[in-house]
Amino acid sequence: MAHELASQSLLYLDDVKVSFDGFKALKGLSLVIEPGEMRAIIGPNGAGKTTMMDCITGKTRPDEGEVLFEGGSIDLTGLDEAAIAELGIGRKFQKPTVFESHTVEDNVYLALKADRGPFATLFHRLSGAEAARIDEILETVHLAERRAELAKNLSHGQKQWLEIGMLLAQEPKLLLVDEPVAGMTDAETMQTAALLRRIHASGKSVVVVEHDMAFVRELGVKVTVLHEGGVLSEGTIDHVASDPKVIEVYLGR
Amino acid sequence: MITHFLLKGLDRRVVVALLLILAVAVLVPVLNLVVPEGSPFHVPTYLVTLFGKYATYAALALALDLVWGFCGILSLGHGAFFALGGYAMGMYLMRQIGTRGVYGDPILPDFMVFLNWKSLPWYWHGFDHFAFAALMVVLVPGLLALVFGGLAFRSRVTGVYLSIITQAMTYALLLAFFRNDMGFGGNNGLTDFKDIVGFNVQADGTRAALFALSCLTVAAGLLFSAAIVHSKLGKVLVAIRDAESRTRFIGYRVATYKTFVFVVSAMLAGVAGALYVPQVGIINPGEFSPANSIEAVIWVAVGGRGTLIGPIVGALAVNWGKTWFTGVLPELWLFALGLLFVLVTLFLPKGIVGTISDLFARRRAAPPVDPTAQPQPAE
Ligand SMILES: Nc1ncnc2c1ncn2[C@@H]1O[C@H](COP(=O)(O)OP(=O)(O)O)[C@@H](O)[C@H]1O
Ligand SMILES: [Mg+2]
Repeated sequence: MAHELASQSLLYLDDVKVSFDGFKALKGLSLVIEPGEMRAIIGPNGAGKTTMMDCITGKTRPDEGEVLFEGGSIDLTGLDEAAIAELGIGRKFQKPTVFESHTVEDNVYLALKADRGPFATLFHRLSGAEAARIDEILETVHLAERRAELAKNLSHGQKQWLEIGMLLAQEPKLLLVDEPVAGMTDAETMQTAALLRRIHASGKSVVVVEHDMAFVRELGVKVTVLHEGGVLSEGTIDHVASDPKVIEVYLGR
Repeated sequence: MITHFLLKGLDRRVVVALLLILAVAVLVPVLNLVVPEGSPFHVPTYLVTLFGKYATYAALALALDLVWGFCGILSLGHGAFFALGGYAMGMYLMRQIGTRGVYGDPILPDFMVFLNWKSLPWYWHGFDHFAFAALMVVLVPGLLALVFGGLAFRSRVTGVYLSIITQAMTYALLLAFFRNDMGFGGNNGLTDFKDIVGFNVQADGTRAALFALSCLTVAAGLLFSAAIVHSKLGKVLVAIRDAESRTRFIGYRVATYKTFVFVVSAMLAGVAGALYVPQVGIINPGEFSPANSIEAVIWVAVGGRGTLIGPIVGALAVNWGKTWFTGVLPELWLFALGLLFVLVTLFLPKGIVGTISDLFARRRAAPPVDPTAQPQPAE
């Protein structure tokens, strides 16, 4: 049964447990993301959302449980960050991290899907196709005018977008986006929701972690509520918003 | 591919610096060899050698800037690579002495005869050939950097911990090379050199040639470093410096990149050391002293890390200051150096070259107000 689910999934987490010095950050988390799906994940601070992403991307090794990719064919728990990125899993961090002393366009250039070996990069020449792709991505994330500026001069919201642009440049199969609208104005938040919907519509699977309920509503996708390292509720936003367990621990406060 | 790679590094600043270095490489030997001694333009041989020594320091500083300035690896053990290159050259020079040593042994260097050794240790074989020695000058430091860096970077040792273990590395080598039974001349090191590829090391012509070669090494090092820095790989290095884990999550193997640049840098340091030894006429374990590596870091900081030209300027300026200072107040030099480091860190965090290029950039940017500039949106 379990493996039938895995075989149809893009990402399959089963009973994942992680503890830090005895503190149980994930207590048997299970989650299935289908190919082409967009999923919103909400949950109070400390629920384990970021830790879950750490387990998927190779930053943290789960103590127990399975993390499988592409129909259960690939076990992610044995791989390092670079290998997982190469498989097609891209990640945006909770705290926006871009390469501050590179220009906006170089940030995208470095993220572009290409051979990551040192000799390939040493002799690499920017191709016309790559330049066009960089232009396209900068347009998509509304940063075309600021392309020649250093990334450190961007506003907080623009850094978030640049990071999403870098994610797109990697051409991943699955995007993990951790709190993309933190620190954004309402207008920026709505633009970001539209941007993620567009990325999803282009055929990519997306997992978005967010606190902002208005934003999650705007996404209009299946929602998973995490609480204390496990799944509390799952369904449409209206379903979870009316779930008494959810109201008690999260929405009702 | 290679020419495109090299040409890409040639921005205006690098071109100017290269031309200057090449001009000095020609001019100083001419002023020494061709201009007669009485002339005010004559450069005495001792100065040629002194400047030649500075040039090897400049190459070491450049090597250090490549790892520290561009990849954030603060190596406090780069003197070890310099010294290893120096020992490889020293071994070649020892083998050239032949029967002219005090004991007149055709094979064994004097210190081995003195220690009653009967035959040459295996690791001294081959060093009578210049080509072999030249290969070892880059291979030995490169290999140490590969093994040491490979292990450290794979285990994700970073920051101050990495600095400490590089310092420990050079200290361990210092202790090892002090031992007589290591077979590198112990405390006294290698000295009393006679000739190099058939030329007397003391001769004016040889000294001028070594000077010119040292300048060419700096020029070649600059050209290569600039090419690396301007390549996509160079951008990855800066990315690692700025946000290491981000670089990893977009799929780059950080340890591989760090090891790559560490090895390249160690090889350049080795060449610098190899040119240093015939000019100063001796190599001893003191060259592994942790203080030497720290001094090299100060040259880079003073000149401006991450600027390529800065470390060259810094090495020349600080060592010129050292020569002058140790002439006047020798006891106080270390205090002066320490003070200089503190002052530079506080008031010139970007070093001489970094600060000057900021000034120029501001002057260029300031007067014509850029109409396309956008106001910064509020955070
Ligand atoms: N590296 C770590 N060491 C110790 N505790 C951690 C570590 N990472 C996360 N935690 C703890 O695990 C819990 C879950 O954290 P996190 O996944 O960041 O939550 P969320 O992203 O949902 O806010 C928190 O209580 C946090 O303090
Ligand atoms: Mg979080």
